[in-house]
Amino acid sequence: MHAFDYVEPQTIEEAAQALAAAGAEARLLAGGTDLLVQIESGKLQPQQVIYLGNLVELQEIAWNPATGLTIGAGVTLRQVEQDPEVQARYPALAESARVVGSVQIRNLATLAGNLCNASPSADTSPALLAYDAEVDILGPGGARASSLSDFWTGPGQTSLRPGELVTAIRLPATAAERAWYYRKLSVRRAMDLAMVGVCVTAERANGSVREARIALGAVAPVCLRATEAEALVTGDAPDIAAAARASEAAASPIDDQRASAAYRRAMVRVLVERGLREALA
Amino acid sequence: MKQLINLNVNGSVYPVEVEPRERLLDVIRYKLDLTGPKEGCGTGDCGACTMLVDGKPVTSCLVLAITADNKEITTVEGLASPGQLSELQRAFVEHTALQCGICIPGFVVNATALLRENPHPSEADVRAWLEGNLCRCTGYQKIFEAVLDVARDAAANTA
Repeated sequence: MHAFDYVEPQTIEEAAQALAAAGAEARLLAGGTDLLVQIESGKLQPQQVIYLGNLVELQEIAWNPATGLTIGAGVTLRQVEQDPEVQARYPALAESARVVGSVQIRNLATLAGNLCNASPSADTSPALLAYDAEVDILGPGGARASSLSDFWTGPGQTSLRPGELVTAIRLPATAAERAWYYRKLSVRRAMDLAMVGVCVTAERANGSVREARIALGAVAPVCLRATEAEALVTGDAPDIAAAARASEAAASPIDDQRASAAYRRAMVRVLVERGLREALA
Repeated sequence: MKQLINLNVNGSVYPVEVEPRERLLDVIRYKLDLTGPKEGCGTGDCGACTMLVDGKPVTSCLVLAITADNKEITTVEGLASPGQLSELQRAFVEHTALQCGICIPGFVVNATALLRENPHPSEADVRAWLEGNLCRCTGYQKIFEAVLDVARDAAANTA
């Protein structure tokens, strides 16, 4: 493996300072399940690696009825999968964490890392979108928050500015306990990327649909919401078939070794229809 | 730039000099001479390098040794006293759950972690937990039977 310098900051602020000082030559290391693979293959050759894995302040999952769920950037996918608050209040996120890789990978990999790696097919992305998650960021300019639609800008690309790191992911209390559906469609049952990822969440009140979210993964340069489809199922007369067709139209998948674009589009329609029937039942 | 770290492996502490880029798998195998964990892929896909770090099964090909400083590491060599076999290891032998053996240290370490967290797993639980371990020889069936055998014995003993 390419050689690099190693820095182990003792606080989040030290980590931000180290990152700002090193600039584009440095990479953050938490679980390493993406970073180390990329360094080994030569895709990345950082001069410096900044290790966040011992920052206890990043390893907490905290629920607050006012602010919702805050998941620190050091929290692993295994913790997300098994946490009682996540399972009870944001079950689609627990389920999507569960289908990533293997137990061994999930014991290392972090939710923040999955989000920052910004693969269009990341398994946790549709659930995070469908729960209106936001990202807390710290950098030379101070602290800021970002919506996910602002955060992902392309395959493997985020809007993080030089010297910025994600410190937490927040899911609002308003999204908790929504009706939900999540399905990762993949060739293999485990250790595989998604061909299509669909997450549907919905809030119903008095027989009417107040909030609907349809999030699609692996079928566009970024994970996205099918907002026109969502509008078709909001209100007193949800049109599930129309929303499924609109979701298909919102996808722009590619052909690759796992599936053709045509198959992916067709599966978006099938899974969104299924998801809406379940969530709106 | 080498750094001195302390690797706590199978109950003993080993001071080791490592470069930051050295993988835990390689330091364990080549500097500590513990060749139980194997390299099958180097990308975290096959599980042959699985060891426990602070009790959690991880693919050690994706862990920098320097980040394992002062953490508790368990390899297959640490599952029983020298010359002994753990109950799970004995079950693997009795069920002929191995052929070439190269995947087995990873399976045994990972399954040990399963049984510590869930002493009575169902077959579905076992299959799901071991998804990250690949075997080219056995077709997996006898591996699952060995693990379930130990799970059944544990259930019988606590009944």
